[in-house]
Amino acid sequence: MTDLLYSEAESDLRAAVRSLLTDRAGPAELPARVEDGTPCDPDLWSALATGIGAAGLLVPEKLGGQGAGHREAAVVLEELGRAVTPVPYLTSSVVATETLLALDAGELRGAGELLGDLAAGRKVAVLAVPFTTGPAADPAVGPVAVADAGPVPAVADAVLADVLLVPRPDGLYAVDAADARIEPRVPLDLTRPLATVTLTGSGTGAAPGTRIADADTARAAVRRGLLAGAGLLASEQLGVAEWCLEEAVRHTRERHQFNRPVGSFQALKHRMAQLWLEVAGARAAARNAADALATGSAEAPLAVAVAQAYCSRVAVRAAEECVQLHGGIGMTWEHPAHLYLKRAKADQLALGSAGHHKDTLAALVDLRPPVTPEARQR
Amino acid sequence: MIEATELRRRARDLLAAHPPATTAPADFLAARFDAGLAWVHYPVGLGGLGAPRALQTVVDAELDAAGAPDNDPRRIGIGLGMAAPTILAHGTDEQKRRFLRPLWLGEEVWCQLFSEPGAGSDLAALGTRAVRDGDTWVVDGQKVWTSSAHLARWAILIARTDPDAPKHRGITYFLCDMTDPGVEVRPLRQITGEAEFNEVFLTGVRIPDSHRVGEVGDGWAIARTTLMNERVSIGGTPVPREGGMIGPVSRTWRERPELRTHDLHQRLLDLWVEAEVARLTGERLRQQLAAGRPGPEGSATKLSFARLNQQISGLEVELLGDEGLLYGEWTMRRPELVDFTGRDAGYRYLRSKGNSIEGGTSEVLLNIVAERVLGLPAEPRDDKDVPWKDLAK
Repeated sequence: MTDLLYSEAESDLRAAVRSLLTDRAGPAELPARVEDGTPCDPDLWSALATGIGAAGLLVPEKLGGQGAGHREAAVVLEELGRAVTPVPYLTSSVVATETLLALDAGELRGAGELLGDLAAGRKVAVLAVPFTTGPAADPAVGPVAVADAGPVPAVADAVLADVLLVPRPDGLYAVDAADARIEPRVPLDLTRPLATVTLTGSGTGAAPGTRIADADTARAAVRRGLLAGAGLLASEQLGVAEWCLEEAVRHTRERHQFNRPVGSFQALKHRMAQLWLEVAGARAAARNAADALATGSAEAPLAVAVAQAYCSRVAVRAAEECVQLHGGIGMTWEHPAHLYLKRAKADQLALGSAGHHKDTLAALVDLRPPVTPEARQR
Repeated sequence: MIEATELRRRARDLLAAHPPATTAPADFLAARFDAGLAWVHYPVGLGGLGAPRALQTVVDAELDAAGAPDNDPRRIGIGLGMAAPTILAHGTDEQKRRFLRPLWLGEEVWCQLFSEPGAGSDLAALGTRAVRDGDTWVVDGQKVWTSSAHLARWAILIARTDPDAPKHRGITYFLCDMTDPGVEVRPLRQITGEAEFNEVFLTGVRIPDSHRVGEVGDGWAIARTTLMNERVSIGGTPVPREGGMIGPVSRTWRERPELRTHDLHQRLLDLWVEAEVARLTGERLRQQLAAGRPGPEGSATKLSFARLNQQISGLEVELLGDEGLLYGEWTMRRPELVDFTGRDAGYRYLRSKGNSIEGGTSEVLLNIVAERVLGLPAEPRDDKDVPWKDLAK
């Protein structure tokens, strides 16, 4: 049976990450950093990636990583969600890393070395697909090769990347970021930069970079990267929701109106209690996905689909409730609630929408959609 | 402290001395009680061995595997889950000796005379009176929502013994003989057409003082023991995927493609996800309990299942189309057991309306979560120090 609890080692890791983020990256300081155009603090990233060794959790020791796993990475993401930390953990240490782990690193030139660089926090890599791309329902179809269809929109953390992993029809390429045009866009989520990526030579057939996988391997690898990303994103969403609930509770306990703490009004209490129920559900779903990924369970796609379909909604609801329960304060730039709302809303679209994941689920558990008249005739 | 191996040995000894195949079920159950294997955490002589409660599963597994008869715990659920732990914690030695054995054997069914027409969620507002007359108490009043009252030999009863005290302090706890003159049980028919519950009218019922549990005026604190035990019963065995209300509707969806619509498909998938998450939340709670770290998720389980059961059964009626317009039968039946998921979709839809009311309304449970789990302030209340007789009725 899936282990849905946190081990002692996982709790220790959480404490280390939380302590680092509390000291160096409190959400209260974030609006100013965002204003400066430097949301991601390179020193913080280095302390997290290298100091704590978080970047290499998914990478086996013989390839230069920590040899831990998805359960530990999920705990890191919970904390990064709680602090809406602007670091390329999900994109580089999870999605790109998992994609590379699916390749036979010994045979394909460059992939093994790159993996070691990512694990050690020496480099950042991102998969050059729109951040909305989810692991497809049908393994035969898989995520599409996008790079030859023109510029790739909405690539998360591309501005922080040293290397882009580019899926093309004939395989997966590792492209030096310097060889691509990376145009920053203004993101809804201020804590996760987005860019449009255009590869030099796009459409001309002159592919830059190094091919590190053939077409079939690439498709499976990208799918694995996106599956792990979507599954562990649920833990980030859990962290976002936890912070939002805790802050709403703290605020309504202290804020007095009508000569009472507003948190004593039943209408408000019930909303927060209901949210707590949903957060408890999100925790179970996110742990289930992390454990299924960690054990390589055949049920991982199902567990990920359930976690995404549920947790993305809970994070958005928690953030929306947090803003509302803070009253006017929740609408201000100074209060960090808006950063959580923006992260939660962007995360709802990230790595496959809830609809995408429910379609996956419908196929996996045999709850098929209605058969259309046209399909019947075929 | 008795350990699992020792309990397993004692279970095998019991099976050897009373082979289930050749022993009358009642005799086997009696021997099991006397061997201390009924509820191992109870004291020696009262069906137990003073062992850790968690080890009961070891005994149950051993006896189940050997095909031993059980005492139909669902039929005697109120006795097992509520009366027994209360009598054990607060009863006299004589009460424990008299009541626990026949209760566990299923010879005597119990019911619970707590709720009243005017005291549901605000249970401590109850108005059933018990007036002392020498060595007996004379009880007058009306109780409601009493499951098993028509089958019960005994009842746990709370009644007001001091109307001048504030409402929580003037209540006393009794064991009431349901065969006494003055006890009248009337079926209470529900929206399903069935009468699963009863109204109980108490008119000059005479209860000997020896059937009082705890001190006069301590009834509320003792009732809290009973009620806490009512909500403890979560967490036993893992539930399989689609194990609850989502199961039948998912099967209908698979088997009857002609019923599918896009609208229902989206709603079904949402509910399927929620049911799976509720199952995982329950499983997480079970793992926490097993690891000796009980979490507050127990309060979540009932709330989530109440809402889910209502939504899923509502969807199921819609999915069935023409058949959804039909209902099994409206004949007034008096079922011995509560059946939430059995029978047909219409019954499930109607019965599940009770899930958010019985055993604590969802509104009261949300207050409990808000105050005890999240630490939100209580709403101001003005009934705490006022004599019961002066409260608005």
